Amino acid sequence: MLRLILILPTIIYCIPTFAKTIVVGKNQSITTIRKAVEIAKNKDSILVLPGIYKEGNIVINKSLTLAGQNFPILDGENKYEIFTVSGSDITIKGFQFQNSGSSAMNDYASVKVIDAKNIFVENNKVINAYFGIHFSNSSYVTIRNNTITGSPAMEQTTGNGIHLWKCNHALIENNRISGHRDGIYFEFVTESMIRNNYSTKNIRYGIHFMFSHYNSYFDNTFNDNGAGVAVMYSHNVTMERNTFEQNWGASSYGILLKDISDSRIQHNSFLKNSVGIHMEGSSRIEISQNIFKENGWAIKVQASCDDNNFYQNNFYGNSFEISTNGTMMLNKFYNNYWDKYEGYDRNKDGIGDVPYHPVSMYSMIVEENPNALILLRSFMVSLLDKAEKAIPSLTPENLIDDKPMLKPNKL
Amino acid sequence: MLKLSKYVLYDIVRSKIILAYTLFLFLVSFSLFNMEENSSKAIMSLLTIILIVVPMISMIFTTIHYYNSYEFIELMLSQPMSRRKILLSEYAGVSVSLLSSFLIGVGIPILVYSPDAIGFSFLFTGGALTLVFTSLAFLTSVIARDKARGIGFALLLWFYFALIYDGLILLILFTFSDYPLEKLTLVLTALNPIDLGRISIMLKMDVSALMGYTGALYKDFFGSGSGILFTVGIMFLWIILPLWGALRIFKKKDL
Repeated sequence: MLRLILILPTIIYCIPTFAKTIVVGKNQSITTIRKAVEIAKNKDSILVLPGIYKEGNIVINKSLTLAGQNFPILDGENKYEIFTVSGSDITIKGFQFQNSGSSAMNDYASVKVIDAKNIFVENNKVINAYFGIHFSNSSYVTIRNNTITGSPAMEQTTGNGIHLWKCNHALIENNRISGHRDGIYFEFVTESMIRNNYSTKNIRYGIHFMFSHYNSYFDNTFNDNGAGVAVMYSHNVTMERNTFEQNWGASSYGILLKDISDSRIQHNSFLKNSVGIHMEGSSRIEISQNIFKENGWAIKVQASCDDNNFYQNNFYGNSFEISTNGTMMLNKFYNNYWDKYEGYDRNKDGIGDVPYHPVSMYSMIVEENPNALILLRSFMVSLLDKAEKAIPSLTPENLIDDKPMLKPNKL
Repeated sequence: MLKLSKYVLYDIVRSKIILAYTLFLFLVSFSLFNMEENSSKAIMSLLTIILIVVPMISMIFTTIHYYNSYEFIELMLSQPMSRRKILLSEYAGVSVSLLSSFLIGVGIPILVYSPDAIGFSFLFTGGALTLVFTSLAFLTSVIARDKARGIGFALLLWFYFALIYDGLILLILFTFSDYPLEKLTLVLTALNPIDLGRISIMLKMDVSALMGYTGALYKDFFGSGSGILFTVGIMFLWIILPLWGALRIFKKKDL
């Protein structure tokens, strides 16, 4: 009778889920994760106790929940890919992955997911990996609260922090990525969201988008990356409330837009970048309510861009505000605040009566002859700019803000 | 010599022009810092003052002072004193008064509102330019005999350094744009004290723009320890060489 009382709750507990928890640890009956995965059935959980596990490559192809207690260390000994995952409904959380192998032939990763669905990778630490977390051909995946720290070598010998290829419906949030080639890399990824991530000191880009449509990224911070953030060959991308700061260097940008269309860039802050936004071949982009502060160039719009709207942005203390490489201008600028505006407002509606020319003569000169940067802030240059403002001849005459604001826009 | 400098200094202070100059600099820089809500914009307007107004005033003031005290110089020459000492004490008197009015007029507002690397590069550049253009003015006034020609010559020289020279650089950059010109532009800027001062300030101000493109080269050069030494050294040469030339001419001159 007593025995029945003891067993009954266990039976009741087990019946509805048919799942059990397998504990892995040095002093347990099962000492390796590999063995645990082998004997586990679908929907089982594996709890890994603290310790160092050097088990080479572990393949997970059942619907399991793998959880680490106090970050057990999974060491790839610089040779192996640690987890190779495929299937559906798999959760991996609470591990510390370190020293996964690197290879010029294979994209080794700490966690590699192939052909999968409903995957959660949460609360992990990835240290010194080639690729951190690598997904391909997967859908409905969540990558959350991970810290991925690489040891930056050269661009060719370092992989990406979070790499997604041909995925959809991914959610990437609250991750912290540093020291990789690209912080987050998207290729052929659709309908996904990246939010609240912090991407810093990566060798190339903070985020790199290629051929990825209908994605959005919110509230991320990109700081001190090799070349900022690159968004290429995509459409319907939403970028809001991100902070781009201190992306310094030759060919370094806050955002690099190449062949982007039908997208929105709103409520972002661009601080102290060499170039805030660099646009090439982009069309139908709404760029509004952003702050551009103390950048070298706030926005570089190549003449290949059309139908973009720039409005209600605030520009403060940028060395150059807008620069372009041609006299054609098919974009609209209105209601921006330019701290260099010198016009007046007679009817007191807060909008300046004189249009503002954000492209200075000197920025055209520098565009054509970069050596002329040595004359920045020269008296002669300001004289040239004044003359050009009075009688525009070289700067694109239709690149004007018709309704410049006298006071900064409230954002 | 010290005594003579003291007389020169006393004479300058008594004329009150130097006091007006100090007050002008002080009021302008104080109001600039007060007017603009972000001090970087004030710094930009101040840059124009330092690169344009300070050299001009230094030059014109020195020239006028030299011609006005011509009789005093002649009197001194009748005394047992070397010509070298007389000219040097004149230089010391003029440059000390101009330098101190700059340091009071611009230095105090900068110390109050912006005591950082930018502020100190302003003070360095302004001070150095004051000394450079004082000694250039001595050279021109020693060469030209009458006052009108001397002032004209001084103004022309100021105009050349402040404006024409940069135009020439731009012309060269465009004419030879097919060649690598980075090294050449470095040399060319060293040949104009105003450009040199401007670049040393700019490196502190427009760091982000300069980090991109060819700017990185200038940044590497002027921003490094040896670059700073180079800037200071060239400025020093710009002070010494014209003064030395003026001394040579003055010694042999038939007054």
